Amino acid sequence: MHEYSLVEALIGRVEAEARRRQALAVHGLSIRVGELAGVDPELLRTAYETFRAGTVCERAELRLTTRAAAWVCPSCDAPIERGAPLRCPACEVPARLVEGSDALILDAIDLEVP
Amino acid sequence: MCTTCGCGDTELVPVELHEKILAGNDRTARHNREHFLEAGVLAVNLMGSPGAGKTAVLEATARAAASKGWRLGAVSADLATDHDAVRLERAGIPSRAITTGQACHLDAELVHRALHDLPWRQTDVFFIENVGNLVCPAIYDLGQAANVVVLSVTEGEDKPLKYPVMFKAAELVLISKADLVPHLDVDVAAIEDALARVMPRPERIVVSARTGEGLDRWVAWLERRRLELGLVGRIAGLAGHVHPPGARGDRPAG
Repeated sequence: MHEYSLVEALIGRVEAEARRRQALAVHGLSIRVGELAGVDPELLRTAYETFRAGTVCERAELRLTTRAAAWVCPSCDAPIERGAPLRCPACEVPARLVEGSDALILDAIDLEVP
Repeated sequence: MCTTCGCGDTELVPVELHEKILAGNDRTARHNREHFLEAGVLAVNLMGSPGAGKTAVLEATARAAASKGWRLGAVSADLATDHDAVRLERAGIPSRAITTGQACHLDAELVHRALHDLPWRQTDVFFIENVGNLVCPAIYDLGQAANVVVLSVTEGEDKPLKYPVMFKAAELVLISKADLVPHLDVDVAAIEDALARVMPRPERIVVSARTGEGLDRWVAWLERRRLELGLVGRIAGLAGHVHPPGARGDRPAG
């Protein structure tokens, strides 16, 4: 259940940004979660709904996009079949994780500023 | 403020950050990592399920590495009790317990605080025994040089496929409790096949803390990592010095 500590870090970051820009309110935030981020998106959402009350995120809608994991060969770029060994059968080199597959990123915050 | 007509209305502005949610933890982890490397310490984050044999592997490591003359140290995390740290102390590894309460994983800050109570600078290899859990610890960088996962043969051949994030994060998997294989319907080759589907570089060593099988290979692996990181041959007199001016440059070649 580390989703709760992630939400704590997330809200803390939003608070710092809102303070820095003297925002009056936060209206929304966008986050990106890759399949191999080690985070259950639904649990993360539940944790956010639980913890946002009484914080700067109280009225901020959470926009969450997910991304499936993908591995490719670093030399020929051929995709590795899902569930297959993580090695290119043709080039015989270890596969590379496609960027975003393990992302856990705060992309943007909508701030209401004076 | 609205500057078009001077009405004084507030504005909604999108602020682009594109930042890791765990950026704060990663900063503390980098700080820990710099300290470990400066002090010539190989830090290993040891993870695995509860009961996988993490503590037993460390006890056996102390025995197997005795001839190396390494000074070992450890922190051992559990939700409650200091039992594991007491076991490690008895095995000759100076240790402290980190009790995490309800937290299911260690983070870089918890490790940093624990280091203040330990003579970790005087060690050659320092183990961070994480909370027994195959999920949460995987995504928290602690400042370790290597992630090692202990997976016991009793856990099921397809365990790596069920917890891919943990095994993706591992540099090495110690397949533990090998002495039990004759009593179980388990095929070590099937575990290895599963590892190859979640780890691009599936390095593993089959070990038994009870019989000592594989521990020489594990100790050799640690030694190789120390060499690769340039931690071998440091000057003993430098152990314990804090924040050297000019950082690495003032260390005598050794």
